[in-house]
This record gives sequence, C-alpha cells and structure tokens, in this order.
Amino acid sequence: MSYLSGFLDVLAQYPVLHAFWVNITLTFWSGLLALVLGTLAVAMRISPISSLRGAATLYVNVLRDVPLTIVMVMMYLVVWTSLGVQVSNDLNTNFYWLAVIGLGLYHSSFVAEGLRSGVNTVPLGQAEAARAIGLTFMQSARLIVLPQAFRGAISPLGNTLIALIKNSTVASAAAVATESSGLMASMIEFHSSYNYLIFFTFAIGFVIIVIPVGLLMTALSRRLAVKR
Amino acid sequence: MTEEPDTGVARPDDDDFIVQMRHVDKHFGPVHVLNDVNLTLRRGEVLVVIGPSGSGKSTLCRTINRLEPIDSGEIWVDGQPVPAEGKQLAMLRAEVGMVFQSFNLFAHKTILDNVTLGPTVVRKEPKAQAEAEALSLLDRVGIKNQAGKLPAQLSGGQQQRAAIARALAMHPKLMLFDEPTSALDPEMINEVLDVMVDLAQSGMTMIVVTHEMGFARRVADRVIFMSDGCLLEEGSPEQFFNNPQTERAKDFLAKILQH
Repeated sequence: MSYLSGFLDVLAQYPVLHAFWVNITLTFWSGLLALVLGTLAVAMRISPISSLRGAATLYVNVLRDVPLTIVMVMMYLVVWTSLGVQVSNDLNTNFYWLAVIGLGLYHSSFVAEGLRSGVNTVPLGQAEAARAIGLTFMQSARLIVLPQAFRGAISPLGNTLIALIKNSTVASAAAVATESSGLMASMIEFHSSYNYLIFFTFAIGFVIIVIPVGLLMTALSRRLAVKR
Repeated sequence: MTEEPDTGVARPDDDDFIVQMRHVDKHFGPVHVLNDVNLTLRRGEVLVVIGPSGSGKSTLCRTINRLEPIDSGEIWVDGQPVPAEGKQLAMLRAEVGMVFQSFNLFAHKTILDNVTLGPTVVRKEPKAQAEAEALSLLDRVGIKNQAGKLPAQLSGGQQQRAAIARALAMHPKLMLFDEPTSALDPEMINEVLDVMVDLAQSGMTMIVVTHEMGFARRVADRVIFMSDGCLLEEGSPEQFFNNPQTERAKDFLAKILQH
C-alpha cells in the first residue's frame, strides 16, 4: 500500500468534514452572540449616560485583554466545574454551548471596537440633525448612527469574523471534542507517520473556508460604503 | 422674576413671544462665547443674526434647541423653559426646525426618506400620509424629481433645499437657519435664499444666521449684530445698515460691503 493511499484510508476513518462543520456552527452561533453583545456595548459607549459608557468600556477592555484560551478554559473549569452552570443535560451539548458563550463574549469586544471605528466614520452632524428633528438618543442610534457605523465597519467586522472562524478551534480547550483541531490532534497521535499530511489537510481546510469570507467582506465593504 | 433689563424683555411666559433669552452666558473653555445675551422673538418675526466669525452667532442659534447647553441664564421657547434633556427636550426639538451649514442630510437614506423620517418616527404619522406631504414639500422647494436619490447624488443647493423640506415636514413653530448658504457654491446660493424668502413671506417665524446682507435687507423684520459673544446692536434692517451705532458694526459693514 502506498503512502498516499494509506493516508486516504486514515482520513476516511475519521469524521473530518463533520469536524469542520462543528467549527462553522460554533462560528455562526458565537458570531451572532458577539454581534448582539458588541452592538449593545458600542451603543452604551456612545450613550450620553456616563455610567453606561464606563461599564461598556470596562467590559470591552477586560474581554479584549484576556487571552482567548483563558476565557475558554474558564468556561469549562470555572463556569461549569466550579459554578455548576449547565446549559444542557447532555455533556457534549453543554460544552458546545459553553464554548459558544465564551467565544461570543470574547469576540464581542472586537465587534464593539470595530463598530466604534465605524461610528467614528459618521460625521457629528448626522447625530445633530437626528436630534434636531426630535429623535431620542435610542432612535438616533438605531436609525441614523449605527446603520451608518455598520456600513463603515464592514472591514474590521470581517477581520473579526475571520479571526473567530480560526479561533473556534480553541473550543477544544473548553472540552468540545468534535471540532477540527481536537480531531487533528488525535489523528496525529494515532497516525504519527502521516503527521505532515494530516496537518496540511486541516490547515488547507481553514484556508478554503476563510478565502470566500474575505472576498465577500471586501465586496460588501465597497458596495455598502456610505457615499458622502 | 427679576427686574426687567433695558432690552424690553417681557415676562417669559408672555404668549406673544416664541423665544426669550435672558442673561444667557456660555463659555468654550476660556472663550466667553455668549456674554449676557438677552433676546426676544415674536411669533411670525424674521430675525437675522449678523456678525464676524467667532462672534457667537451660530452658538446663539444652537442654544435655542439646546444643541449647545448654556452655562447660565434661561431660554424659553413657546412659553416653556427649554428642558435640559430627555423626552421633553426631544419634543421641543421636534417643534423647532433646524437647517445646518453642512446640510447634514442622513447620508444612507433617500431624500424622500430623509423628509418622512421625523413625521413617521416622532409624530407617528402613517407612512402614506408622510410620503404625500413630503412630496408636496419637495415640490415646494423644487426638487420633487430628486426624491428617490441619495443625498450624495445631489448638488449642495439641492441638498440644502431638501434639508429645509425635512425641517418643514415636522410643522415647526420656529425655524433656525445656521449659515445655510455658507457652504454653497455662489451659483447655488440664490436657489436656497429663494426658498427662505418664500418661507418668510408665508409667515414662518425664523432666526437666520447669515452673511447674506441682501437677504437681511429684503426679508428681516429685525437685525441683530453680535461681536465677541455680545449682542451689540438691534434694529430694523434700514436702521442697522444705513446708520449703525457701534464702531464694531461700522467697521464690519465697511469691510463686507466694500466690494
């Protein structure tokens, strides 16, 4: 049996495509969570109430500055083991959603910072005109400032999404056994003679996932840019 | 109330007056940008504010709907002191139209949506009614055919006329114009001034900060001259332009009317 066909046999024994799919769904749910929390945080940071601004600044800085691995291990060791927070009775499902929460919290800080750079592209006059016709702060944020901020922040948000796709592999640190980096590690452990090929398979798999996302974001940032 | 100053300020809740400013002070850091300003405006009156750059005239205009808060003194609009914040302030602003030097049309919305936003969101008008009224306002300012375009696709003069329509859509009791033609190319100034003249003739109460002396002479009921945060002169356009009282005003008029 040739070296290559032996490798293909090994590949067929493992749920490689499923492992990538786990990373994609982790990205989807945690990305959604990060978008919601990040938007909330940035709305607080531009609000006229100083205590809200302070709380959001603290939130963003803490989550941005703590390493992701530590956040994820905390979800497993502190949130689950010590605090006993359980989101599902099925252990694997439980770890999956805890990982989603950890990834979502961590990346929400980057979403917030990306959106804040988008807010800075919106001239002050836009918010003044909104206030001048009688919009409240919330109405002005929701209808005028944030829609323009999102469109000015496609590039940084796209970068955050790409980082999130790759960072979803850190879910293995929160005991998500089925995602791709965990699978790669165990495949290499049991089939060390194929270690280079296994490694390249997973590396190229991520490149294939990320390239279209990058292209889409570039196209979107051109198309959605607010003309002034 | 305290003793009346010699500006003839009446009781703040006097119904004849739409705006009353009493002893208004404001600083930007060390700059005393409004220095004990007292001013009243009657319903239907057109007041033109003239003065050199940095004299505080734009700030004066912006304090009336509290886009700039004041340090001390009081401002009454339509028989109410201007609220400090919150829902009441938003309600007051909804009734005071404002036109900016840099137009400030909502860049991501069409001209029609710019005009209908306030009526549908703030006044809760049905969309169809708001759109019908918006189109008739855009027709009035001469840009009905631009309704579906984005602001960036319009000329400056067209954008400013759209901004006037946006303000009028809220049925304001008072319109504030903060140097509405200063950012325009010369050939577009008149199309905006024409709309403002029509508006003044229709009886709208207006405060206009401008360098357009022809407009002031033709339309103003009253002119005030500001310098270094102080309200230096006040009078009819004839009085002010033909017979200015202060050296500062004479100097200013000599400089701008020379060419």
